[in-house]
Amino acid sequence: MPWDRNQMAARAAEELEDGMYVNLGIGIPTLVANYVGDKDITLQSENGMLGMGPFPFEGEEDPDLINAGKQTITELNRTSYFDSATSFGMIRGGKIAAAILGAMEVAENGDLANWMIPGKLVKGMGGAMDLVAGVKKVVVVMDHTNKHGDSKLLKACTLPLTGKGVVNRIITNLGVLDVVEGGLKIVDCAEGVSEDEIRAATEATIVN
Amino acid sequence: MKKVYGSAEEALDGLLFDGMLIAAGGFGLCGIPELLIDGLVKSGVKDLTVASNNAGVDGFGLGKLLDTRQVKKMMSSYVGENAEFMRQYLSGELELEFNPQGTLAERMRAGGAGIPGFYTKTGVGTVIAEGKELKEFDGEDYVLERGIFADISIVKAWKADDTGNLVFRKTARNFNPPAAMCGKTCLVEVEEIVPRGSLDPDHIHLPGIYVHRIIQGEHEKRIEQRTTRKREEA
Repeated sequence: MPWDRNQMAARAAEELEDGMYVNLGIGIPTLVANYVGDKDITLQSENGMLGMGPFPFEGEEDPDLINAGKQTITELNRTSYFDSATSFGMIRGGKIAAAILGAMEVAENGDLANWMIPGKLVKGMGGAMDLVAGVKKVVVVMDHTNKHGDSKLLKACTLPLTGKGVVNRIITNLGVLDVVEGGLKIVDCAEGVSEDEIRAATEATIVN
Repeated sequence: MKKVYGSAEEALDGLLFDGMLIAAGGFGLCGIPELLIDGLVKSGVKDLTVASNNAGVDGFGLGKLLDTRQVKKMMSSYVGENAEFMRQYLSGELELEFNPQGTLAERMRAGGAGIPGFYTKTGVGTVIAEGKELKEFDGEDYVLERGIFADISIVKAWKADDTGNLVFRKTARNFNPPAAMCGKTCLVEVEEIVPRGSLDPDHIHLPGIYVHRIIQGEHEKRIEQRTTRKREEA
């Protein structure tokens, strides 16, 4: 059985180690926060906050306290606030240990495309280009194939890039793959999914 | 020198001209200079280039200046929440220069710090680096980005004293300090102007040297995405 969204998020949470400062993207990556367990993880929100807490209780929303997805959130007893230049200074400067984010396409050389589809409405890259360029470990969480059944793990990206050679690890509904010399290496399979099934669903070169 | 002004109109008086470059603070609708935007709408100044992370929403924030067609060009990282913006952009009435969010913040900070250009690895190998100078440092490629030197800055802080020392609140700080730094003249709107000496000098987020004109007023502080959890989940 392929993993569902929550199982993918739970698998992604295994990438996080005690003491890490981490940035989570929108979508499935946001769910990762539900699976960190007892690990001491500090979440960064790139609009200017370390130590992001859960959504507020109804009636306690504060318009001055939002995350990078513009959602109302809360602070923790470890929280700090700072301006956007400082925030991206810590991102670009490699202080954030890991970023977990979604993607449209990943190539076997670690190229990532997740910000625009030519001809469609383009909203902008936000902080994605800065994050993938600066964060130490970039983990992509996405479905292995698109809605037409085509592989999203490609020999080369077809969409405009967010970053070149930036992805370290890819977690899909079928398993976990690392970007290594010469292509992608399967490091884990979802329960009941074989390596052959992953190979069959992947356009990118799989190396042993 | 007196920095406190009675209204946005008074504060903006004598500073505006068509075609000017304005740096604006705020992230989404959080920490945006609502009163100064209203003042710009009333002034009728046009052909503006606005450096701001976002472009507001329809009818609120910078969306008001789009509705009145006063903006010629936006320099932003993310603009999706505004139908009128998209209409003007797709019809060619409005120019848009996408900047990665951290690059935009650093361009403002750099402008305010007297740095005309800097190298960053953000965007190398993407459309953002096209036409820009690349330079290799220690075996890695970096792209040259320019500092932003704005004609005026419009920002929102929580509190100010009458010398312009500023304190921001929570994530409403965001782009406000770098935007404030990069303007030749910086206009700030606050929720409260407090007596000199009542702000702890160790807790000033932006020193008054960057601030030229201050106004105080009521803010709507609209929430863009109201997300909550149920009490029983706690």
